[in-house]
Amino acid sequence: MIENIHECAIEASNISKIYGSGNTEVKAMLNVSFTIAKGEVVGLLGPSGAGKSTLLTAIGLINPPTSGQIRIGKDLVMDGPLAMVDVRKFRRKHIGYVFQKANLIPFLTALENVQIALEINDVHHKDARIRAMELLKYLGVGDRKDNLPHMLSGGQQQRVAVARALANKPSLILADEPTAALDSFRGRQVMELFQKVAHEQGAGVLVVTHDHRSLDVFDRTFEMEDGTLMLKS
Amino acid sequence: MNLAIRDIRHSLPRFLLTAIGIGMLLMIVMGMSGIYRGLIEDALLLVDKIGADLWIVQHNTRGPFAEISRIPLKTEDRLCAVPGVKSARAFVSHTIQRERNGKPLRIVVQGLSWPEDKGEWIPITNGRCLSAGHFEMIADQSLGFNLGDQLPLGKNIYTIVGLTRGMVGQGGDGLAFFSLRDAIAIQFDTSGEAIRLERDARRSRAIQQDIGNTQPELLNRAASQNIPALAGPMVSAVIIRTEQGADIDKVAETISGWKDVSVHTADNQKSLLLKGSVDKARRQIGLFRALLVIISAIIMSLILYTLTLDKIHDIAMLKLIGARNSLILGLILQQAIILGGLGYILAFYLGKWIFPLFPRRVIVTGNDLVWLAVIVLAISVLSSLLGIWKAMSVQPNEVL
Repeated sequence: MIENIHECAIEASNISKIYGSGNTEVKAMLNVSFTIAKGEVVGLLGPSGAGKSTLLTAIGLINPPTSGQIRIGKDLVMDGPLAMVDVRKFRRKHIGYVFQKANLIPFLTALENVQIALEINDVHHKDARIRAMELLKYLGVGDRKDNLPHMLSGGQQQRVAVARALANKPSLILADEPTAALDSFRGRQVMELFQKVAHEQGAGVLVVTHDHRSLDVFDRTFEMEDGTLMLKS
Repeated sequence: MNLAIRDIRHSLPRFLLTAIGIGMLLMIVMGMSGIYRGLIEDALLLVDKIGADLWIVQHNTRGPFAEISRIPLKTEDRLCAVPGVKSARAFVSHTIQRERNGKPLRIVVQGLSWPEDKGEWIPITNGRCLSAGHFEMIADQSLGFNLGDQLPLGKNIYTIVGLTRGMVGQGGDGLAFFSLRDAIAIQFDTSGEAIRLERDARRSRAIQQDIGNTQPELLNRAASQNIPALAGPMVSAVIIRTEQGADIDKVAETISGWKDVSVHTADNQKSLLLKGSVDKARRQIGLFRALLVIISAIIMSLILYTLTLDKIHDIAMLKLIGARNSLILGLILQQAIILGGLGYILAFYLGKWIFPLFPRRVIVTGNDLVWLAVIVLAISVLSSLLGIWKAMSVQPNEVL
């Protein structure tokens, strides 16, 4: 089932994020180190303001850390605040994002929302369409392919967002409270989807959540408090 | 995948309304250009149609298109005797205003040297040229006459025998062609009372002169009908055509030696028209057109900036999933060009429908359309810069 669980999807070493300086200095994240193996689903818990989103944006190459190193796969991508790769290109090829809100492009259909992620990654239009359709079917929303986002339910939108995140077969999927806007049934479905994707496609998945009902889905769970990371289970 | 088209399709009514607004604005730019062109065409129309080689006008004046010019009708005969002159004919042009059906009617009266000139050169769309030396007229359709209509002017009644289209003076008033004698009669129409008063005035002036006292018969003659009350006919100019192969400059040089007239070539007359009476209006319209182009650019910038602001979150999302700047730039630029292009097409068809309703001619040439297309393209690109700048400054973390 998990063939390459010991191969790292991501490795973060002593990463910190400090905003401001002097009297206005805020240490949002301090010397955080962890790894996520490919095929592993990791949960990240913690109260608001603990630094979860800071960690997610740092390892998601959206907001660089102040210090520390981040490796994704075999590549050193961040050395302190310095990007060692073209971050936009790296995000395109290696990282998938899912957020609390689906953040679908409102003027694109469900199919096109997935297709665009593939075309951005230079996949030919026709191939992109086929792959996007496969993903929508895989996630159970194939019949809604021609619907615009506002025609879909919250759960369906989130499935399309997951399909978009998976489109380029990323080695790392980052999810920031993906079930917050869903009812418990739909939330559970999405969490199980991450588990399925991680195990079947070998991607490392980090899920930030407040939802303790889904803890059983995670292979490991971290807890963050005051900018520091602790292994919970 | 073309994001610009998909975004437009998604908010089509809003986009179409915006395009209509831009189209109407561009139609005004197009219209100003057409009014500018029409002004020049109208001003040059008569000079072009008459096809004279030389214009002979009152000494030290610039001719009837620039200022008042008066020369005796007999100058026509003197000019015919100049070597190299093929034909000479008097030119009379003056504007009159009358009332017809309760509305003001402005007519540019043109005199034709009947019987040499019956108006064969006039582009008549309906009816015929003059076939009699008196009481016939050819009128432009813009004056609102029909064939056979009769118009009382002065002491006479004139019948419309021919109609033209688009023959207007530099002020945009329709032209009407009469025989020269009729045109002069209309210009110098004087009431019987004015003539009687003039005769009495002559008699009183004669009484105060020695000659009036020593020659009493003069007093009788001053008041009699045998002496015309008014001076002999004067015309605005005499236009001449030179013989084939004749040196126009040499003919002009010969006539220039006369102390009572000045000579202008046809090109000179056109130049005087454009630099004279038409010039200020031309510059005013030109400046107004430039202002409209700037205003259009500003409005389009604001529209495109607003359209971009509406998509900031989507642009941030696209950046987050790794979209290249070229994709986002293309989205905004393509929408700008589609908006400008659609506006341009709308402006063209709206103009085609509306411009003929204008009281003066609006002439939009192919050349002007090409220039405006280039300007619209430039405006579209320039006005998208603000939106592009905003889109480029969006950070992917704005999705969060």
